[in-house]
Order: sequence, then structure tokens, then C-alpha cells
Amino acid sequence: MSTPTPNPLLRAWYDKDTRSVIIQIIAAALIISFFAYIINNAVTNLAAIGKDINFSFLWQNASYDINQHLIEYSSTSSHFQAMIVGLINTLLVAVAGIILATILGFLLGIMRLSSNWLTQKIAYVYIEYIRNVPVLLHILLLYGVILNALPRPKSSYNLNDTFFLNNRGLQMPSPEFESLFWVVLGFLASGLAFSLWFKRYAKKIQDATGKIYPVAMISIGAIILLPMAVYFLLGSPIVWDVPALKGFNFKGGIVLRPEFIALWLALSMYTAAFIGEIVRAGIIAISHGQTEAAQALGLSNSLILKLVVIPQALRVIIPPLTSQYLNLAKNSSLALAIGYMDVVATIGGISLNQTGREMECMLIVMAIYLTMSLLISSGMNWYNDRIQLVER
Amino acid sequence: MTMTKQTYVPGTHPSMPPPKGSTGIAYWLKKNLFSSVSNSIITLLAIYLLYLAIPPAINWLFFDATFVGTSRKDCDPNGACLAFIGERFNLFVYGFYPAELRWRVNLSAILLIVAGAAVLWDKIPARRFMLWYALAYPLIAAWLLLGGFGLESVSTHLFGGLMLTLTIGVTGIVCSLPIGILLALGRQSNLPIIKYFCIGFIEFIRGVPLITLLFVASTMLSYFLPPGSTFDLLLRVLIMVSLFASAYMAEVVRGGLQALPKGQLEAAESLGLNYGQSMRFIILPQALKVSIPGIVNTFIGLYKDSTLVIVIGLLDPLGIGRASVADSAWLGLSTEVYLFVAIFFFISCFGMSRYSLYLENKLNTGHKR
Repeated sequence: MSTPTPNPLLRAWYDKDTRSVIIQIIAAALIISFFAYIINNAVTNLAAIGKDINFSFLWQNASYDINQHLIEYSSTSSHFQAMIVGLINTLLVAVAGIILATILGFLLGIMRLSSNWLTQKIAYVYIEYIRNVPVLLHILLLYGVILNALPRPKSSYNLNDTFFLNNRGLQMPSPEFESLFWVVLGFLASGLAFSLWFKRYAKKIQDATGKIYPVAMISIGAIILLPMAVYFLLGSPIVWDVPALKGFNFKGGIVLRPEFIALWLALSMYTAAFIGEIVRAGIIAISHGQTEAAQALGLSNSLILKLVVIPQALRVIIPPLTSQYLNLAKNSSLALAIGYMDVVATIGGISLNQTGREMECMLIVMAIYLTMSLLISSGMNWYNDRIQLVER
Repeated sequence: MTMTKQTYVPGTHPSMPPPKGSTGIAYWLKKNLFSSVSNSIITLLAIYLLYLAIPPAINWLFFDATFVGTSRKDCDPNGACLAFIGERFNLFVYGFYPAELRWRVNLSAILLIVAGAAVLWDKIPARRFMLWYALAYPLIAAWLLLGGFGLESVSTHLFGGLMLTLTIGVTGIVCSLPIGILLALGRQSNLPIIKYFCIGFIEFIRGVPLITLLFVASTMLSYFLPPGSTFDLLLRVLIMVSLFASAYMAEVVRGGLQALPKGQLEAAESLGLNYGQSMRFIILPQALKVSIPGIVNTFIGLYKDSTLVIVIGLLDPLGIGRASVADSAWLGLSTEVYLFVAIFFFISCFGMSRYSLYLENKLNTGHKR
């Protein structure tokens, strides 16, 4: 009896390991030749118009102004400085947005689960409206409302002659620190350190003996009351520079520009709607038996929330929350549409147009966003690992 | 004392009224709005806030609004100036598409509804035939909108408004699902080269904002093409939007794949199915079913993201709105214009999310506890 000898090529194909090697070699060849092809094209095209890849333009004069700069910047600064200013503006709106969106989002999530029919419905309508309309539209709408509906500086909304709201933005007093203020700051830092230590100490004592210290009260005393007392004892070592109307505009103080306010509020409102749904889903994911068991142990309602429901809900909430934070950071690039000078508008916009270095500018912008995404997600992953269920 | 014992034939017991005070409007109000002191305070506060917000808004939008007029001066300054929307309605819908050829846009919209019905509604008559039609629809629509082959051709520069949004949205949806599934399978694959290529692609796309990709499409893509060749801006945008959405789609599908127990694949292999068969008949039907909410959310996100094309100069409804706000005869009308566009997006996106709920319930075959 003789078995027909199959073709050796066919036999190699029927072997799982050989086949996977063959497929991978083909895939690698395709991928490499694709990249070789486009890189070759890019090199040819760039050579044809006499360009090269060169980042030295970063040190040339930017010669454009940026209206919101938190560090020293003028039109004689370099493109690199313009990029840093833009990056700081991006980070500013992203961080402020994340904070506000988290607060609003948790509020919305709790409202959605409220036993009060009216608050529940208000949160529902808000979430559905906000989620189903593009964020760019929210930004443009809010910006339009600020520019058109708010009064001119002359007749601005006035709170106690210190805060002024008008179509140039929100004018606020800015603090000027005297040297004694650093003493207050020192007390604040040591209060913070003390309460962190005290919290651990109290937990150790409680675990060992069952004795409970009033940690919250003592921490508030150390962090807030003591520095405040020192502040007033030293004679309030902060001078407030209050804005005042001079001619057609305000002088002094600091101003939140309309672009910043519109972008910040729109991004936070938009992301908050998503966070609200995430929080709601996280809380209802905790089975009712957990609450009942805690009640059976005699815990009060606030303790049930603090010790049983929230720690478990956070495990469900954190991963999707991370991607919402990432979305917010990336959506901050929509600043471009209303002229907020973020990193896309500076290095990826005006610098790009001035120097004509599309390749380099876009590479920088993408690298910045990739780094930012990576940092946010690794930070949130670290937090997520800490609160995950420890399985033994 | 004697006990009266009464017996009833089952089903003949006279129904007793519910206990007093557990029905009616008063009971509902007490239970849902005034169940405790703090609840009552919250309710009253909410009613007050609604009272502050809603009547002025309704007055502004309806009673004080001006519906007919030719410039800003015809409008009542206390109300919304909706005359403008009417004046520009065609621009919002068709963009700059030539007026005498607009029937082609209308026809492709009607055909889109038919194709959509064929895909979304499984009780449609002659579904098999209709699905083939839906598959061919993109070609038909491209022919109708672009022209050629006997129709007068129209440049994509003239595309705009609602039809541009639908073009980008539908193309993105049609392309991103298959590419996304392939990427997700690649990411799960045990062939390292394919796996790491997919991971790199997905993470890169998800790490950068869509705006930067659109910039690349509009300014840099021509560098990577063979010298001298160039292709249409709209096509470049469509490719970028599809790639962008497919990276997100891949992560959604991966979630569905990971939710399946490993036994499913092992069972399929032990039945002698090869990779393609086990994916097609066993794994994907289950994985896709689990990921429906995520898939629809990605579609909605893609549809909303199509507004970003305004930053590279394409004029979707939002772009037309933004351009018209700057018109000197109609200065300062941004609120009206943007609200109009918002309503349009709300209706389409809300509709999509409702459909996903319906689909979830329909396909839910016993996973609910």
C-alpha cells in the first residue's frame, strides 16, 4: 500500500507553524515595501521642490503674537517658544476641562439615579442633548453666545467691583505675593504632609486597637484653618491687583479670554455628559445585595456609599473614564476653530504657514499628542491598578 | 363567632380596589417629587430654575421670532431671527451643488433611505434582493452625485451642507466596520508581525486628534504619492475619516472578541472548521452582537466628527453656518444658525442610538439575567 506523496509545498502549507511563518514573511514584505514606497516618494518629491527635513527653523523668529501666554513671549521669540506657549495653553485647557468635567459628570450621574423624578429627567434631557450634538458645534455656539449676548466692557456684569464679565472675557483680580506669603505656603505644605501621615497613623491605630480618630476634622484643621490663621496673623501678605475700566477696556488683574471660556466650558459640558452615563453605569453595576449586606451590618447611609458602593463602582468607572479624559485632551485641538492659541494653532498653524515646513510641524504636533495620550493613559492605568480587586 | 368561609371559582374573584392613597396624581407627586424634605427642596429649586430658563427660551425661539425677511433689519431684536434659516435653507442642504442637478442629490437620498431600510429592517419584502441592492448602493450614489457615464459630472468642490455630512458619514460607516473587524482580528492574531503592525496602527490613530490627520490629508499627503500625481481632497478626507473610525471600531470589536470564552474557538476547531470558517460562523456573530452598542456609538462619533472637516475648508452644515454668520446682511446670528444645525445632528444621532437599543433588545437571546 502506498500513500500518494503530496507536493512538498502543499505539505508546508498544511503545517500550521510553517504556514504562519509564510504568512508573516509575506505580510512583512508587503508592509516594508509599502513604507519604502511612500518614503521613497516623499524623498523624491521633497528633492524636486528643494526641501529637506530640518528642524532648525524652530530657532528662528516666530514674529507673530499670541494673546494668551502664561510664560514670557513676544513676537521676537522663536518658533520653539511659540510651541511651548501653545503647549502650555493646551495643557491648561485640558487640565481645567478634566477637573470641571469630572465634577459635573459625577453630579450628572448621581442626578440620573436620583429618586427625584424631576432631577432625573433634567439630567436625562441634558445628557441626551449634549451627547448627540458635535462638540465643535458646542464650542462655536458657546463662543457665539459669549461674543454676541454678553455686554461690552463699559456695561459689563459687575460683581462687587472685583469681577467683571463682558464680551472680552472674565476679568478677575490677580494676586501679588509678598515675601511673607511663602511662610503661609510653608504652613500649608507642612499641614498637607502632616495630615497624610496622620491618616496612615490613624489607620494603623484603628487596625490594631479599634480606636477611631477624627481624621477628617484634624486634617481640615491642619490644611485649612492653621494656614488661614497664619495668613491673617501675618497681615494678609497678598495684594490683589483689581481690574478697573480704563477707556474702552479693563486694565490690571487677569482675564479669562472668551476663547478660553468657550473652549473650557464646551469641552467640560460635552465630556461631563459622557462621564455622567459612565458613573451611572458604574453605580448600577454594583449589585443591590452589596448595599443590603452593608445595611445588615448596621452601616449608615454615608458609610455605605463611602466604604462599599463607591470603591466598587470606581473599578467599573475608571477604565472608560480614562478614555473620556483622553478624548477631552484630544478634542482640545478644536481650539483652532475659535482661535484659541493651542499647540495646533501655533506650531501646527501659524508657524507651519510661515515656514512652509508641513512635515516637521505635523510630526511635532503628532508627537506631542501621542506623548500626552500616553501619559494620561499610563497615569490612569497606575490608579486603576491600585484600586482593582486584589485577588488572592 | 362564626367564620364565614367563602370560596370562588378561579378567575371569578371580584377585584378589590387598591389601598387608599396608593394611586392617583397626588400619590405619584408625593412618591416622585416630595418624598422627603430635601427632595421637596430640590424639586422646588428645579422648578424655579426651569421657570427661569424655559419661558424666555420659548418666547425667543417661537413667539418673538421672525420667520420671514430678507435681512437682519427685518428681524425683531428680542426674538430669534429664523428668516435667515429659510433664506439659506438650500445652501444648508445641498451646499453649492448646481441647482438644476439637485434632483440627483434628492434621488440618492431616497435611494439611501431604501438601502438603509433594507439593512436595518429585517421584515422588508424580498430582503435578499434588497441586500444586494444595498451593497451596490455606494456605487449608484457615487455615480449619481459625481456624474460621468452619461450624467453631467459635478466637481466635489461643490459638495457641501447636509449632503456632505451624509457622504462622509455613510462612507465612513460602510468602510470602517470591515476594516475595523480586520484590525481587531489582526490584533488578536498569534502571528507577531501582523499583531504588532495592527497594534501600532490602532494606537497611533487613537493617540492623535482627527484634526491633525485631516491636516495631513489636506497638506502633506501629496508628498507620499508618486511625483506629479494628485487626487481629490474629498477622497483624501474620506480615506482619513474611515481609517480614523476603523481604529476605534477595532477596539470595540476587540472588546467583543475578548468577551467570548476561549471554549468557543476550541469547539469550532475541534469540529474541524478552519480559521476563516470558525471566525465567520462561530466567533464574529457572537462578538459583533456583544459589541453592537459600542459599534453604534462609534458610528455616532464618526458622524459627529465629520463636522471637523470645516477646519480644512470643506463646508458641511456647520461650515456653512459659520460662513453665513460672517455675512454682513445677517451679522451676529450665530446662535440661531448653530441651534438649527444642532437640531439636525440631534435628530440623526438620537435616532441612531434608539435603533441600537432596539437592535440590542432584538438580538438579546438569553444573556440577560
